[in-house]
Amino acid sequence: MSISRADVAHLGRLARLELTEAELDHYAGQLDVILHSVARISEVTADDIPPMSHPIPMVNVFRDDVVKPSLSRDEALAGAPSAQDDRFRVPRILDEE
Amino acid sequence: MSDLIRQSAATLAAAIANRETSAVEVAQVHLDRIAAVDEKVHAFLHLTGESALAQAAAIDERIANGEQLGPLAGVPLALKDVLAMKGEPTTAGSRILEGWRPPYDSTVVQRLRAADIVILGKTNMDEFAMGSSTEHSAYGPTHNPWDLDRIPGGSGGGSAAALAAFEAPLAIGTDTGGSIRQPASVTGTVGVKPTYGGVSRYGQIALASSLDQPGPCARSVLDTALLHAVIAGHDPMDSTSIDADVPDFVGAARRADVRGMRIGVVKELGGDGYQAGVAQRYTEALNILEGLGAEIIEVSCPHMEYALGAYYLILPSEASSNLARFDGMRYGLRAGDDGSNSVEQVMAMTREAGFGPEVKRRIILGTYALSSGYYDAYYAQAQRVRTLITRDFNAAFEQVDVLVSPTAPTTAFKLGEKLDDPIAMYLNDVATIPVNLAGICAMSLPVGLAPEDGLPVGFQIMAPAMADDRLYLAGGALEAALTDKWGHLLIEEAPAL
Repeated sequence: MSISRADVAHLGRLARLELTEAELDHYAGQLDVILHSVARISEVTADDIPPMSHPIPMVNVFRDDVVKPSLSRDEALAGAPSAQDDRFRVPRILDEE
Repeated sequence: MSDLIRQSAATLAAAIANRETSAVEVAQVHLDRIAAVDEKVHAFLHLTGESALAQAAAIDERIANGEQLGPLAGVPLALKDVLAMKGEPTTAGSRILEGWRPPYDSTVVQRLRAADIVILGKTNMDEFAMGSSTEHSAYGPTHNPWDLDRIPGGSGGGSAAALAAFEAPLAIGTDTGGSIRQPASVTGTVGVKPTYGGVSRYGQIALASSLDQPGPCARSVLDTALLHAVIAGHDPMDSTSIDADVPDFVGAARRADVRGMRIGVVKELGGDGYQAGVAQRYTEALNILEGLGAEIIEVSCPHMEYALGAYYLILPSEASSNLARFDGMRYGLRAGDDGSNSVEQVMAMTREAGFGPEVKRRIILGTYALSSGYYDAYYAQAQRVRTLITRDFNAAFEQVDVLVSPTAPTTAFKLGEKLDDPIAMYLNDVATIPVNLAGICAMSLPVGLAPEDGLPVGFQIMAPAMADDRLYLAGGALEAALTDKWGHLLIEEAPAL
């Protein structure tokens, strides 16, 4: 398996990461090397070994459903790159067709 | 008291409490030291001197009024820039968060404040904690105080360098694959990666959520234990936080006893690929432990060699998901918002402008490993390796109380040496990564200078989950024996800056 420039461009789109032409070349080569070196793990991973997602087994950690103080609207908006009318202002979401 | 910057945290706290010195004086001498040497070291990204002095003055006033404060009250600390501190810049070493000021304190910071520890500033790190050298910081690298042309380790190189440069006696790091222990190793300082869930991650900017863990850094084992005790314990704000009693780290560090302790040497972590001087100091340390009454047993953990591969699938996968939050909408940088670009274009342009090369590399790798058709081949397989490594550790801990290895394969390398070779950079963490995959705890402490280059060598002690006190018991005993031999802590041999 090898990773092409087109693959990297596709992954960039999936990750919302605009990549320059130079970056596409650079990462395609490097990812190939990295994936080749990590692929060895398949030597030992039999299907009967359960996958481990988390080091300390815990299930259903819930808190009581009570109202507690939280950030005010102004505090939550204070770090926003753009705010308007007490809301986050975002670029247009729908195309104009 | 003379030379306050060279004192331990425990000594400083006692001197502040009995009014031999004051918290203000202690904070000021450290701020002066930072002003004098940080241009060379670049451990700090941001200083909080004004609030530190105000906090110190309040502590002095309370002591003057007869209040009994905690065991580290008034002691200064350097905080890794990945932990949110209300109102202060918090960048995680990235341009995408430049200028952002968190509206809340992380749990670690809340506990530091409650313990009256004085935060001097935020320390440099590889961007989003991705790296082993701090060279991936968007704000330029940190330099190793032992040799300014060399790396201080990473990702927490700023915190470790601040300790080694006597800019602060305490620091906080975070460890996802070795980011506390490898910097400790190459700077001659002490660092502990606590049991996963032992210290709250609330307010830590996430890299890989199933691996990340904040922890204590200092110049001695006892100081590390004192700081660990402040930050440890259950936090309802972190659903992965362990709700159980915290072991007595400080008592263990003071007992410092390995008599009858079974110490396992991990056969697979050592030997080929480890620098000669690292291997030599490591073996000498084992002999010291044996001389102190420990039983040294060789154990095999056959799947350790697959840890690096599994880690470089799990980490990028979790990171690519965690870093999706940096989309330029709610905080941080926004690029290309000129009215003509769609929201998706603005997100892509923001992330292109705000992320550095290592972050992009890992986002792409993680996106690949999680994408449809590859998930089972990569991510799921890596999770199976995690099970195998955990089983290896469990089997080993049936035979021994702690495991040991060198912390890093080499001493500090030159800045720039491995920057263009990701695989060579990743290999730095070959002995530290298995600990994170299994969620157990580990310490690095200095065991001497490598004869060939005169640079510090780190010794790693690993213990089962929630048995972090064993790290302090064994580390304290080894440090005491070495200090007896040298007449001082290794850090005293660091060159003047």
